[in-house]
Amino acid sequence: MNEVLTYSPILIEGTITSITLTIASAILALLVSFIVGLARFSRLRSVRWSAVVYLEFFRGTSAIVQMFFMYYVLPLLGVNFSPIMAGILACGLNVGAYGSEIVRGAVQSVGRPQHEAAISLNYTSYQRFLYVLIPQAIPMMVPTFGNLLIELLKLTAVASLITISDLTFMAQIIRAQTALTLEPFLVILIIYFCISSVLIAITNYIGRKVSKGRDTIQAGGD
Amino acid sequence: MDWSWLVVQDVMPKMLAGLVITIQATFGGAILAYALGLLLAILKMSKNKPLAFSVYWSSEFVRRTPLLVQLYFLFYVLPDFGIFLEPMTAGIIGLGLHFSTYTSEVFRAGIENVPKGQWEAAKSLNYTPYKTMRYVILPQAIPPMIPPLANYLITMFKETPLLSAITVVELFNSASIYSNSNYKYLEPMTLVGVFFLLVSIPAAIIANRLEQKYKPEKVR
Repeated sequence: MNEVLTYSPILIEGTITSITLTIASAILALLVSFIVGLARFSRLRSVRWSAVVYLEFFRGTSAIVQMFFMYYVLPLLGVNFSPIMAGILACGLNVGAYGSEIVRGAVQSVGRPQHEAAISLNYTSYQRFLYVLIPQAIPMMVPTFGNLLIELLKLTAVASLITISDLTFMAQIIRAQTALTLEPFLVILIIYFCISSVLIAITNYIGRKVSKGRDTIQAGGD
Repeated sequence: MDWSWLVVQDVMPKMLAGLVITIQATFGGAILAYALGLLLAILKMSKNKPLAFSVYWSSEFVRRTPLLVQLYFLFYVLPDFGIFLEPMTAGIIGLGLHFSTYTSEVFRAGIENVPKGQWEAAKSLNYTPYKTMRYVILPQAIPPMIPPLANYLITMFKETPLLSAITVVELFNSASIYSNSNYKYLEPMTLVGVFFLLVSIPAAIIANRLEQKYKPEKVR
């Protein structure tokens, strides 16, 4: 164990990389979720279809494959990403596809009368979504987004395979240098568990905040 | 960089062999995930509080940590304790263990969603716990579980490329090995994506059908 402790600087560095990767991809994923999720409600068929194609493509091919594709194949086509960029893009775009379904589902589940009320107030569709539907949909999205955030954190471990020096990568380095196996992997499992647990606590807190005083959502719809 | 059909021809047999391994790993992992998940669900609902508590937190530990690290753990750490697993076995155990924590939630929710009156009715008919489960609870609990369980099967399929990290030559690894030894990345990597789409889109359509079929009837 002491031997692993001498490696704590690189473990800390790895933890920071993993967290950075998670946060950066989470921001990208959130943007993608809303853009693709709301595109499903567009009046233009082409926009709706592009959203579906995006969704099926990123959900249908494995995240790991996407990451390797971005890292190994896109440079051949003249698009160069640093490993960390490829990691953020692959994680963000992949999780964004799952997130778009959360956004779509939540917006759809806002009661029909709310749609009608907005229309009868002569709101434009932009106003209808921005002021009526999305604010009511957000409390419903938070718990599911929380789960997705954990999936995202776990996905970042895969980025170690495209040479990003995250926690998992660091554990492999320690294993290679010290021939210890139990300690490095146990330590990073515990670190991952702690990060996940903190993320869960944060989303639960946000969940409580946004749903405060909104107990009437379900009833208000009917 | 141009697309070469020769490369496609060359890599295809290797990838098809890899696909077979991928499918074996998916189903092997799924069977383990379903069996272990049901066991975990029953233990989590146990009246024995310390048992339920420790099962809950160990399964949360597995659920909140990456599958990749768990696979490394099985593959690199266990041999130090004298347990040597074939890469494929380690992979199936890893997949099964990781996803059993997800399926256990499906089982638990499914069982808990059976109205309390059904339990009471079974009790008043003097059914044994076995008969209660077998004839009253499970027949009502299982249909709503089918769609989420099918979805986890698809998810497991998409996670199998991780097994390449512990040297299982599945679909992705077969392409990756070819790529690395021939410096051809475009075709093999694209084909992996296509293979995944070819399997997961029809699978998603079937899962969707199941969802429609087993949709709980709205009682209001």
